[in-house]
Amino acid sequence: MEVGWLWGYRWLLAAVLALASSAAAWAQPADLGQTVALNGTAAGVAACIACHGMKGEGDAIGGFPRIAGLDSDYIEAQLVAYASGQRQSSLMELPAKLLAPAERSAVAAYFSQLQSYSPDRAIVIDESAQPSDAGAWLATRGRWSQNLPACAQCHGATGLGVGATFPPLTGQPASYLALQLHHWKDGSRPAGPMGLMHLVAGKLSDRDITAVAAYYGGPNALIQQPLPGARK
Amino acid sequence: MNRFFSNASCVGLLFIAALARTGTAHAQANAVPASLPKDAAYVLKSPDESAIPDGGYGKSVKEGEQIFLHTQQHAGAFVGNNLNCASCHLDAGRKANASPFGAAYVAYPAYRSKNGHVNTFAERLQGCFRYSMNGKVPPLGDPVLVSLESYAAWLSKGAPVGGKISGSGYPKVPKPALPADYLRGSQVYAQTCALCHGATGHGQLSDGKMVFPALWGNQSFNWGAGMHSVDNAAGFIKANMPLALGNTLTDQQAWDVAMFMDSHERPQDPRFTGSVAQTRLKYHDSEYSMYGRTVQGHMLGSQP
Repeated sequence: MEVGWLWGYRWLLAAVLALASSAAAWAQPADLGQTVALNGTAAGVAACIACHGMKGEGDAIGGFPRIAGLDSDYIEAQLVAYASGQRQSSLMELPAKLLAPAERSAVAAYFSQLQSYSPDRAIVIDESAQPSDAGAWLATRGRWSQNLPACAQCHGATGLGVGATFPPLTGQPASYLALQLHHWKDGSRPAGPMGLMHLVAGKLSDRDITAVAAYYGGPNALIQQPLPGARK
Repeated sequence: MNRFFSNASCVGLLFIAALARTGTAHAQANAVPASLPKDAAYVLKSPDESAIPDGGYGKSVKEGEQIFLHTQQHAGAFVGNNLNCASCHLDAGRKANASPFGAAYVAYPAYRSKNGHVNTFAERLQGCFRYSMNGKVPPLGDPVLVSLESYAAWLSKGAPVGGKISGSGYPKVPKPALPADYLRGSQVYAQTCALCHGATGHGQLSDGKMVFPALWGNQSFNWGAGMHSVDNAAGFIKANMPLALGNTLTDQQAWDVAMFMDSHERPQDPRFTGSVAQTRLKYHDSEYSMYGRTVQGHMLGSQP
């Protein structure tokens, strides 16, 4: 009789078990994120690593940004902006739309915990910058005659960024950085918090953009040994 | 007792009467941007970086500049927080209305009511370390002071000694229509400051180094620093904050948020006598100092 009573609820039991196992899978976003990153999704999203590199390190030649080590909330916000069309990209619009919200946050979490940059790509704090070196000067000192702060005043002395709002510049391909500055300048990328990046980019000439992008992303910005205290 | 500041609850009929009386004057004052040069003031244009000369003097100028920009790294023994000189003196001490360093150089020696005697420029710098940097005073003749003085002198090139310099110090912001208010200030803070300085006002780091300075708390300037005085803070904020968006806050917003910032605990005034009330009486007897006042149920200066 007792067994028979339990047997009567066997479907409910199965349902509870199924729910529990799916909850367990949901509670491990890194696994889902890794799957999306490495294999893409059944809905038709290609593997992220196909363009962004095996470890999310980006691709200087293709101009694909480094996404490894970026703040998780920042990555997720970009995916949401691509999906809504607020941030425009012919490459990113479709995959961002096809990702479910849970997949977006999972893949953002996955890339955020990867190594942010290899130690031989640390930027030097250049204390001997001269105004004639437009890239280094804009990056470290700005151009206050135009009320233009230095990049480092928000993105940090080593260009490694702050939290979810100020992403790292160091180690991003110069081509990617330059393109973003042009997009902010012409308004095709949302201006960001308080409209700051549209304001800043609007004060940069094409030549300034090339120079400052090269400072953070170009071969001249790289040194062979890590800075003391550089993040591993 | 509280002539200038008011809680929202204190704003009443009296205040409306005062507003009616002074409304016209305020409207006129507000029409003049705080950054306009004063009459006949000298416009200081500091030399280009590339003009730093070779030789011993140039080396000292360059060292002074680096101390100014990266104070913790280059003068750490005298620094008790994570601020840099350039945190408040923007553009490496060149920016008008952000207390430009070169303009300060030609204003000394000067009598200061703060300590009741004539201060040389070097003694004035000592005060920066003691209060704004919440640190230790470098002895006169210390290379840190010598280099900073060299840098200031070099920046001041061409400035009339003792003359009026356009944009020296921080601008005086006209008193706002409404008394500065903590709650309104907290809203301005949340909308325009917290993005960088953080919701708790403790600033933010990148790669372990300060990017956005702490506005209060133990990594900020202490209760003896000029910036703790709400009129100074309002002037700095109005002309310079948010970074790249100077002169976008209204005078009212600048006063409100300055009052909010200066109504939080920070390191004790090094001249503390042992009693907050006595220290206020002796060093903070000003309508612009929040030290010793009670805000949100807490007496400021009692738990730095």
